[in-house]
Amino acid sequence: MSAPDGTKTGMKLTLNIWRQPDATSPGKMHTYQVEDVSEDMSFLEMLDVLNEQLNAAGEDPVAFDSDCREGICGMCGLMINGQAHGPVTTTTCQLHMRSFKDGETITIEPWRADAFPVLKDLVVDRGAFDRIIQQGGYISVNTGSAPEAHSVQVPKEDADRAFDMATCIGCGACVAACPNGSASLFMGAKITHLGQLPQGQAERDKRVVNMVAQHDHEGFGGCTNIGECTSACPKEIPLDVISQLNKDLRTAMKHGR
Amino acid sequence: MTDSHSEFSSDVDSHADAPTIDPDLIDDAIDYYTPGEPIVDAKAPTGPIDQRWSTRKFEARLVNPSNRRKLDVIIVGTGLAGASAAATLGEAGYNVKSFCYQDSPRRAHSIAAQGGINAAKNYKEDGDSVHRLFYDTVKGGDYRSRESNVYRLAEVSTNIIDQCVAQGVPFAREYGGLLDNRSFGGVQVSRTFYARGQTGQQLLIGAYQALERQVAAGTVTTYTRHEMLEVIVAEDEAGQSRARGIIVRDMVTGEIETHLADVVVLASGGYGNVFYLSTNAMGCNVTAAWRAHRKGAYMANPCYTQIHPTCIPVSGPHQSKLTLMSESLRNDGRIWVPKNKADCAKDPREIPEEDRDYYLERIYPSFGNLVPRDIASRAAKYQCDDGRGVGPEVEGVRRGVYLDFADAIGRLGRDAVEEKYGNLFDMYARITGEDPYETPMRIYPAVHYVMGGLWVDYDLQSSIPGLFVTGEANFSDHGANRLGASALMQGLADGYFVLPHTIRDYLADGPFEKLEESHPAVVEAKAAVEERINHFLTVGGTRSVDSYHRELGHIMWEYCGMERTEDGLKKAIDLIRTLKDDFYRNVKVLGTADSLNQSLEKAGRVADFIELGELMCIDALNRRESCGGHFRAESQTEDGEALRHDDAFAYVAAWEFVADGEKPILHKEDLTYTAIEMKQRSYK
Repeated sequence: MSAPDGTKTGMKLTLNIWRQPDATSPGKMHTYQVEDVSEDMSFLEMLDVLNEQLNAAGEDPVAFDSDCREGICGMCGLMINGQAHGPVTTTTCQLHMRSFKDGETITIEPWRADAFPVLKDLVVDRGAFDRIIQQGGYISVNTGSAPEAHSVQVPKEDADRAFDMATCIGCGACVAACPNGSASLFMGAKITHLGQLPQGQAERDKRVVNMVAQHDHEGFGGCTNIGECTSACPKEIPLDVISQLNKDLRTAMKHGR
Repeated sequence: MTDSHSEFSSDVDSHADAPTIDPDLIDDAIDYYTPGEPIVDAKAPTGPIDQRWSTRKFEARLVNPSNRRKLDVIIVGTGLAGASAAATLGEAGYNVKSFCYQDSPRRAHSIAAQGGINAAKNYKEDGDSVHRLFYDTVKGGDYRSRESNVYRLAEVSTNIIDQCVAQGVPFAREYGGLLDNRSFGGVQVSRTFYARGQTGQQLLIGAYQALERQVAAGTVTTYTRHEMLEVIVAEDEAGQSRARGIIVRDMVTGEIETHLADVVVLASGGYGNVFYLSTNAMGCNVTAAWRAHRKGAYMANPCYTQIHPTCIPVSGPHQSKLTLMSESLRNDGRIWVPKNKADCAKDPREIPEEDRDYYLERIYPSFGNLVPRDIASRAAKYQCDDGRGVGPEVEGVRRGVYLDFADAIGRLGRDAVEEKYGNLFDMYARITGEDPYETPMRIYPAVHYVMGGLWVDYDLQSSIPGLFVTGEANFSDHGANRLGASALMQGLADGYFVLPHTIRDYLADGPFEKLEESHPAVVEAKAAVEERINHFLTVGGTRSVDSYHRELGHIMWEYCGMERTEDGLKKAIDLIRTLKDDFYRNVKVLGTADSLNQSLEKAGRVADFIELGELMCIDALNRRESCGGHFRAESQTEDGEALRHDDAFAYVAAWEFVADGEKPILHKEDLTYTAIEMKQRSYK
């Protein structure tokens, strides 16, 4: 934004933010004002500014997760005006304030899903994702027992597709966006990544059966083909991985797994 | 992002007479340290270099499989070095506890590495070999690494690729279905394996999945959102001190927990965030390593910092981190600044060709825009110091130079440029709001990796028995400068193939006498942690933790950054001491100890960064030579190139902590080369 004399001025924003002291206490929305927000700031840097302001005023800063702040670690994730990661197809840390206007009111909430309990403010527990991976999201190969890397050829198309699905960062936006709180996109991406490669065939049936069982056990909902997950996914994992997931599950059932 | 991309090591070997230094000039830091006994690495076998690792593996004692489950191993950190070690030791049957501060092991900062991983597979039949990778790495490190370690790294590099492929890491492949390789920068062979621009992510997910498989198998227990705050060092019955556990804080409940074990491994990453702004993740910190240092682990070469020339510049005082763009951009982009200071605020497209200074092409005509990282970085700093930087003014100075693709787009067409660099251009546009196809990119150097770290012997054991250190947290393999695509290689080499062999020699003496939580060493460690936390929460000062961190970063970047001088470093040490004093008296940390409290977490980390910063400056002051990422203005050629002094500084500087307010002790480990000849580099 430019003032009449050409100098840049900051935006003024109203923030409605979910505050919750810990996992067991009730939470509620609080309203804050921030001024002098530059359009070059990332969304999380804007929250840093708010926290400096709160700290100076003696109020507890807002807790939120972030780490790499370059869109790859998957640690950050906020519901911004009802959209997972906000209005742009990217992670929250890569969202910049030029996507917002001066005077705007922004509502900020944590991921909401039964399987992702809130720990404090905007921080949730995504341990359920790790537990799904524990049930088969790997290829069993002990260190040192691997054959020569060139002993198996993998068609480039398969390798590329496996890569595309392996770009999932495990942020949980798919779950947060899904009205059912389903993690089918997350699971489908892993099933497709490993199932696309020759190395992943031996455990293919067992993998899908066990991962789906853990998914349901964690309290994630089922997929009803709404597609919010893929539109919220910062890595643009396509919806067809869920078809692959269902297909693999069906095949495994036929094999009597 | 943490780029492992091209290190333009197309330097020329020079056999010029080795420069000598006046002996009176080699003790710049004498007022700041106490000379100590020299040290040697007692574990590396002698003999032919290509036999040393096999010899060590054979000589390292074995642990019977039935005894392994009686041995407890603690591993701090779940990046490439930590996750791979936890998975491998779990598979071997040890009882492993794995700790990370993130909410999942998969988020460690190894994930951000873009470029690739080196391995001496020689799939291209282009003359690569273990020896050539070894040679390139020692030379790239400016002859300041330990040759036995580097040779081993090159040797196991090929196993890493086999392991990762078997795990399902989707490396780039050719149409025939075989693995693709690329050549990085001036390296003359193609030995880099990659997964588009996300190699670190794919390798880490592979290691993470192997780790989670062991969790399911019951051999590994993971502790996420747990931060290590102290190491427990206890004497056994024979009076031998050993690392026997750690004190951690559960970052959700605030509970201070004691975890005891037979051995402790630190894989806790690098400390680039001492500069406040770096390409590291927000949470990357030195606390685990620094707490170990204070308990007796030597810190080696802490001043060796790698500064990467192609990062997105700082846009304002709110900046929280810097983002790296792959250095491959320098292959086609041309770097320039305006000749006239008056043009610096203009639209670059309106500045005519004759008013542009393509300074790298001008100063280094044969290498031009492809000069090595440290030279490109320093040259950009000089232009900006001279008032010819571009982009927004931050604190009165424009810190940026143009990286211009107009010529490349004219020559190759927009589509070809998009094909090569599209994802990087998109990332740049998202962060800056500018379209690099239309207007030149702006870049500036940023801290991105540290070669220094805790001192370890050939077994990766620190100077505290039973405390092993792997990955970026140790100092061992990269000397004074790390080559592109070698960080990932080292992390996985340490975790999959080196540590599991060397740690068994130590564990063969275990299980050690059971330690009770009432043992004085445990009580002392836990009390120290609680006292520190209590101190931060009760200072009741006026300044936020971040404001101290930012000020420390300014001091480090100004005086211990790209160019270091005797006067500047002495000034920095004074400033840091004053800052430390103020921090302990005036920091403001709200909230409580028994809840999720991010200000409290940061306070502990910043306190340790302040102490580390002082030691880095002392180390840089002591090393009155320029080597790799360390440039002392007093030690340069007439042409302004880095000048090493092998006669005085061919050693590892290993610093021992004594007590708060007391001088550290400097132990020197001489570096000797039997398999490679030391040379000076030249780029003209």
